[in-house]
Amino acid sequence: MSGDRKRVHSPAGRKDADTADAARHRFEERRAFLKRAGVAAVLAAGSTWPALAPPGWIFSLRDPDGKRGAPKEKTFRLPEGGFIVEKPATAADLGVARGTDIRAMIRSAVDGIGGIAHYIRKGDIVVVKPNVAFERPALLGATTNPEVLAELIRLVKEAGASEVRVADNPIETPENCFARSGIREAALAAGAKVYLPSPADFQVLNVPGAALIEKWPFFRRPFKDAAKVIGVAPVKDHNLCGASMTTKNWYGLLGGRRNQFHQKIDTIIADLALMLRPTFVLLDGTRVLFRSGPTGGSLSDVRPGRTVVAAVDSLAADAFGWEDLLRRDPGRLPRYFAETAKRGLGNPNWRETVIRETRIG
Amino acid sequence: MSDVGKMGRPSGLFRPNRDGTPWYARVLRITTTRIVAQTFFFTLFVFLLWVTWFSRMGGYPVSLFLEIDPLVGIATALSTHTVYRWLWRGLWVLVPTLVVGRVFCNWVCPYGTLHHFFAWVFNIRGNRNNIDKNRYRDAQQIKYIILAIFLVLALFGSLQIGLLDPISLLVRSMTTTIAPAADLALISLPGALADTGLRVPSLTFLSSSPGAAEQRVFAGAWFIGLTIIGLVGMNLVIPRFFCRVLCPLGALLGVLSRFSLWRIDRDITKCTDCDLCLKHCEGASDPQGALRKSECFVCFNCIDDCPEDALSFRASPLPATDRIRGSLRDGRATLFGKKVISRNAETVVRHVDLPRRRWLFSAMAGVLAYPFLRLSRAVNKRGYSEKAIRPPGTVEESEFLERCIKCDQCINVCPTNVLQPSLLAEAGLEGFWAPVMDFSVGFCQYNCVLCSEVCPTGAIRTITTDEKLGSGRFAGNGPIRVGTAFFNRGRCLPWAMETPCVVCEEVCPVSPKAIETYREQAVRSDGSKVILNKPYIRPELCIGCGICEHECPVMDDAAVYVTVAGETRSKERSLLLLQGEG
Repeated sequence: MSGDRKRVHSPAGRKDADTADAARHRFEERRAFLKRAGVAAVLAAGSTWPALAPPGWIFSLRDPDGKRGAPKEKTFRLPEGGFIVEKPATAADLGVARGTDIRAMIRSAVDGIGGIAHYIRKGDIVVVKPNVAFERPALLGATTNPEVLAELIRLVKEAGASEVRVADNPIETPENCFARSGIREAALAAGAKVYLPSPADFQVLNVPGAALIEKWPFFRRPFKDAAKVIGVAPVKDHNLCGASMTTKNWYGLLGGRRNQFHQKIDTIIADLALMLRPTFVLLDGTRVLFRSGPTGGSLSDVRPGRTVVAAVDSLAADAFGWEDLLRRDPGRLPRYFAETAKRGLGNPNWRETVIRETRIG
Repeated sequence: MSDVGKMGRPSGLFRPNRDGTPWYARVLRITTTRIVAQTFFFTLFVFLLWVTWFSRMGGYPVSLFLEIDPLVGIATALSTHTVYRWLWRGLWVLVPTLVVGRVFCNWVCPYGTLHHFFAWVFNIRGNRNNIDKNRYRDAQQIKYIILAIFLVLALFGSLQIGLLDPISLLVRSMTTTIAPAADLALISLPGALADTGLRVPSLTFLSSSPGAAEQRVFAGAWFIGLTIIGLVGMNLVIPRFFCRVLCPLGALLGVLSRFSLWRIDRDITKCTDCDLCLKHCEGASDPQGALRKSECFVCFNCIDDCPEDALSFRASPLPATDRIRGSLRDGRATLFGKKVISRNAETVVRHVDLPRRRWLFSAMAGVLAYPFLRLSRAVNKRGYSEKAIRPPGTVEESEFLERCIKCDQCINVCPTNVLQPSLLAEAGLEGFWAPVMDFSVGFCQYNCVLCSEVCPTGAIRTITTDEKLGSGRFAGNGPIRVGTAFFNRGRCLPWAMETPCVVCEEVCPVSPKAIETYREQAVRSDGSKVILNKPYIRPELCIGCGICEHECPVMDDAAVYVTVAGETRSKERSLLLLQGEG
């Protein structure tokens, strides 16, 4: 344009050129207006549609009553029927082994209920749940004996388990509890993986039929693809529910407001038995915390028990522990035994069951 | 250059310089060395904070940067008349400063590096504007005023350097804001991406608090976070704002560097007064004129930027103003036979640029600040807060205020998150950001003494588990109590609501338990009977660890709660006549 203008000398020619310039400018203005109008229309439509389109339509964000925006609770379930492996008909209900050679005792106790090969298949991922609730040296009896845990892990690995995971959600700080109790070192040395709870590891578990914990945050990560679950719990006095053994041990798999459980502890323990139906449990009676439980804190609260008990029925094992290891009156079993038995989740009359007791060393 | 290819020499990256020096002279510069040092020390700083955790501590000197900070050493020496544990390491910075000036500021200090980095990345100014931004300004006096006030306060026994000391400030900010923010991302990212189908491996092993079952939270983190954002953001307005204007450590090193042997020197027979040396000047120390020794960070950028090679780093150069022959004005002046080109013959300002009367004013402000702070109720013996519960091993409160630099290393290492930076309510401005225990967040873990191990100044004395629990060699002393638990029967489930509970008794870690119960049968309105264990405290056994308060199901205002009454570190706050007498 500017080149044209230079060549124009006559006033009339300049006037033509000016008119053409003005027309072109008006055209460009119109084009710019249309472009902007187009952008404005797209933005207006783009904000109107999601705001007004009824729920269910594509790109709709409309939420007339607030229900769409309410947080959705994602729950999950553990496998139907739990992690149970039926006990061989010829095997005992309780495999009791006494002595001091922990390795041999555990093997003998598990042999009593049918042998490890019956429960663990080659390639299984196995979760082992010790009690690591407190930051205490193992000698104080507040946590599972690390030697017992290590020998159990070795036994499970020998049976062909592809992976053994040790997991617990302690009361005190997890890392410190696992370290001080010796559980971490023992588990790693025996070839297991240690799972410490972290905030992202919990998901709400749906336990159909549970009285109080039908939906409760559960330490899920170690249970991904797990085929078998074994509990290994010490024998402890408990200030509220009388005794904490293999059934109450599952408490350590839950998160959330666990401190409300004490208001109905017996019902909760029965719920725990329903929530987690293990492959089998091992009652670690190598030490007995007979008073000042469940924390203890003094060697004078602990006495040697020199016993381990393997069982598919954790309630029977606990009842045995109550009478034989805590040396308490079987007529005064804590209420949770009756509550659990009433729901068909175990038999507290251990004397009615078949027992295979061995003495080692 | 055209002849490079022909001569058979390598071209491009490995082309020699125009002045004939080899190619690596472009890379092997002292400023490159400086950047390597800054990267190294910043990485080391972050690493040491990262290993300040139960499972990572090993034997690392986790509080190293706080210990080599000479402001910490000098200020605590003024307040306590002693040099605690490893604080002599401040000499590692103090002595080099006397030799080569404030090298710490631009070679070592991680906070300086942080500011340097942000000032560099977000610098959108042109050269001329940069030169103007890097001129000395009077506001740089403020840091000396701050230093004087803090040191006078320290003399009186009130240690406040930690409010602005760069290492304390950065440790505190990292601990209470940056690290938790990183944890939040590490923890929530895999979950957030899981819905998109992407499988991200768990990154929690990188977390600052691995094995903690809950995300760590800190009281007043928003304020500490806004402070660091604000101070770092100031670099966009004035480069190195904190370092130049506020930093009390920089002020201390500035005072010392007045005596330094080496300094930047300007050759007035070469300098053309082009001011290009100001382009990247970190300290705003006027290298283009009379160098302000106390402001110079010894970053060496000016030497790099000088097109005339007029600047050098020399051992005690004497100003040559008196040796100039002829008049500068008519442009015919000479120095040692060479023509003086620069219009400015002055090359150095030795003294710190704070007039004597302003020093005096600052000292007076410090003298007055002491009674204002100490006579505030919160830190006074007669008006202390019942919730100013200090970690076990903490020395008596007035000594604590002489020692705590609010670095929050103890808070960083605390595995349960119970240690919190205190806000004004617990200990006023004097105790602001010092550690207190908040049992609604965590509890004092029975066997843990980590906070006492990391404390660089002895505000929390190094103690062993035996000393804390009163076992072994310390059996005669009894345990260290940080307070005593009390029941609020009006909120307690068994006491007030005929509901079984006693979580507090269950978790009480001492043996025999400091919480015991009365067994009572209650008949409810519907005639049903309930057996209740009603808890009570045995104060002679309670150590105040607060796990009962933390686990109490009456969450918001727990039915069992700890206050400082009966803490062993204070005779005045004792509870029982015979407690602690063994």
